[in-house]
Amino acid sequence: MGTYIIRRVLQMIPVLLGATFLIFTMVFALPGDPTAGKCGERPCPAAYVAKYRAEHNLDDPLPLQYVKYLGVWPTSNLEAGKEGETHFNGLLQGNFGTNYNGYEVKQDLIQRYPITAKLAIVAIVFEIIIGIAAGVLTGVRKGGFLDNLVLVSTLVVISIPIFVIGALAQYFLGVKAGLFPVTVSAKATWYELLMPGMVLGALSVAYVSRLTRTNLVENLRADYVRTAIAKGLTKRRAVSVHALRNSLIPVVTFVGYDFGGLLGGAIVTERIFNIQGVGGYIYRGILNRDGVAVVGAVTMLVLVYLVVNLIVDLLYGVLDPRISHD
Amino acid sequence: MTEPSALVSSEVQPTGDAAGDVGEARSLWSDAWRAMRRNPMFWISSLMILVFLLMAIWPGLFTNTDPAHAILERSREKPNANAWFGRNIQGYDIYARCVYGARASILVGLLTTIAVVTLGSAIGVFAGYKGGITDTLLSRLGDVFFAIPLLLGSIIVLVSLPRSSNYWFIILKVVLALTVLGWPSIARLMRSSVIQVKPNDYVQAARALGASPWRVIRSHILPNALAPVIVVSTINLGGYIAAEATLSFLGIGLQPPAISWGIDISAAIVGLRTTPHMLIFPSLFLSLAVLAFIMLGDVVRDALDPKNR
Repeated sequence: MGTYIIRRVLQMIPVLLGATFLIFTMVFALPGDPTAGKCGERPCPAAYVAKYRAEHNLDDPLPLQYVKYLGVWPTSNLEAGKEGETHFNGLLQGNFGTNYNGYEVKQDLIQRYPITAKLAIVAIVFEIIIGIAAGVLTGVRKGGFLDNLVLVSTLVVISIPIFVIGALAQYFLGVKAGLFPVTVSAKATWYELLMPGMVLGALSVAYVSRLTRTNLVENLRADYVRTAIAKGLTKRRAVSVHALRNSLIPVVTFVGYDFGGLLGGAIVTERIFNIQGVGGYIYRGILNRDGVAVVGAVTMLVLVYLVVNLIVDLLYGVLDPRISHD
Repeated sequence: MTEPSALVSSEVQPTGDAAGDVGEARSLWSDAWRAMRRNPMFWISSLMILVFLLMAIWPGLFTNTDPAHAILERSREKPNANAWFGRNIQGYDIYARCVYGARASILVGLLTTIAVVTLGSAIGVFAGYKGGITDTLLSRLGDVFFAIPLLLGSIIVLVSLPRSSNYWFIILKVVLALTVLGWPSIARLMRSSVIQVKPNDYVQAARALGASPWRVIRSHILPNALAPVIVVSTINLGGYIAAEATLSFLGIGLQPPAISWGIDISAAIVGLRTTPHMLIFPSLFLSLAVLAFIMLGDVVRDALDPKNR
């Protein structure tokens, strides 16, 4: 188990480096002047442009910019009194840089990541509970009325884009019925995030329920379930302990893989419900060409995604003891 | 996409009369065709896709109204005999906008699918066939692209490409952005198919007889790997259509004066409380288009899966 985790973490490093380099290249290799538009209608003063370019190592070749950004290559120290010296100052040293408004990106991320994390947790809990419950109910009685109803409604949910679902939910559940808060305040309480989380997870609920149903139907025909029933177990126990546990492996895989989709979808959901999370931060950063903010936020996002998928792989062993990580 | 059905029907024709002949050898595709033919969902989704394709190619078949003809005094008009779906904020006829909007979505969906399948299959087959260090490198490269969420990555790609108001340029930009992030899923699928097929005796025999790698791939590996790729890419096609609309909604994909469902939905959300028809009709068209492709993918998957018979 321990060596497996170490091997996986080591494998994560090149993927993480590759993904961040890709984002870094796309954001910083953009044609055009990154200081354009920073000083209002006038062009920026030459001294300011020079300072900005020095701070962000913009005069270096791109790979060198990247390793300096990571903090594995020394950069020239710009602090007063230490000119001419070099030091390591990058992601590895915990320095995410400052964004266009002069704020520390690290502070922004510390403030915003918990909000998006809460949103994602609501979405995942929603998709797991409702999705698996619907999948089990339909899988046990294949071909019944409930089965067809859930199949049709999941198809409908899958085909409606998230921004339409969001707008409709906000209006009908929030404004008309008054069941949920319409927008989310800066505090972003769990209660306020309930409806946005359900909107974000709506698509995945449909996939989770269909995946659970398909696998459960398949496993219910397996020999070990027949054995379980033959040796006198109740149907409930045979389904919930024997068949379901095995059927959940593809579902867990999907939830882990879908986590990236949720983080992407957060950009839309946070926009609709005015959530001050990291999705909106990245979106605004991209539009304002605030490269430092985007690269920092996306790096953290990719890291979280990779860690979640590592956890999912470890869960396989729990669900199916035949899968061993030793 | 009508491709799978066209492919299947052409293969099935010769044996069509001999239905019921027990001893007849049936291919995977003719088996699938028999299963699909009896499924009403197959006909419904194919018909819907056909209608949307016609809409994309000849919108004039469905409406004579100019979608760019704004009558501002009738802004936000409710549905009536003159304008079946009513008019939006700009006074455009919503029915005409819905019909003309099909082109952007269908184009993005089809072109992205073609590009993703071509690129993904090429890389997947190459990695699976070569094996060794090539395979490792290409697989890790796929992981890198896979780790970036599709929507997020395509926003970054779209913003970093040069701006233009040319319709075709923007369509191709969206296609490129979705392809750059979308190819690893098909590449993984293709790679695993190749690895499964490659050790088989018939492949070894073909190689021993001196068949070139290209011939082995074309006549042994591709036919075996085609089924899952067709299913996944049909379902993905629906997803790409939704992604195009989402990008337009975020103001990054197509921009007015181009006509697209995403643009119209985005503009209509402000009027949701007073004039919901402005939102409902473009959303309905978008959802039906996505639904048609997902349904067709489902039907083809069920038909190709022997466990379901």
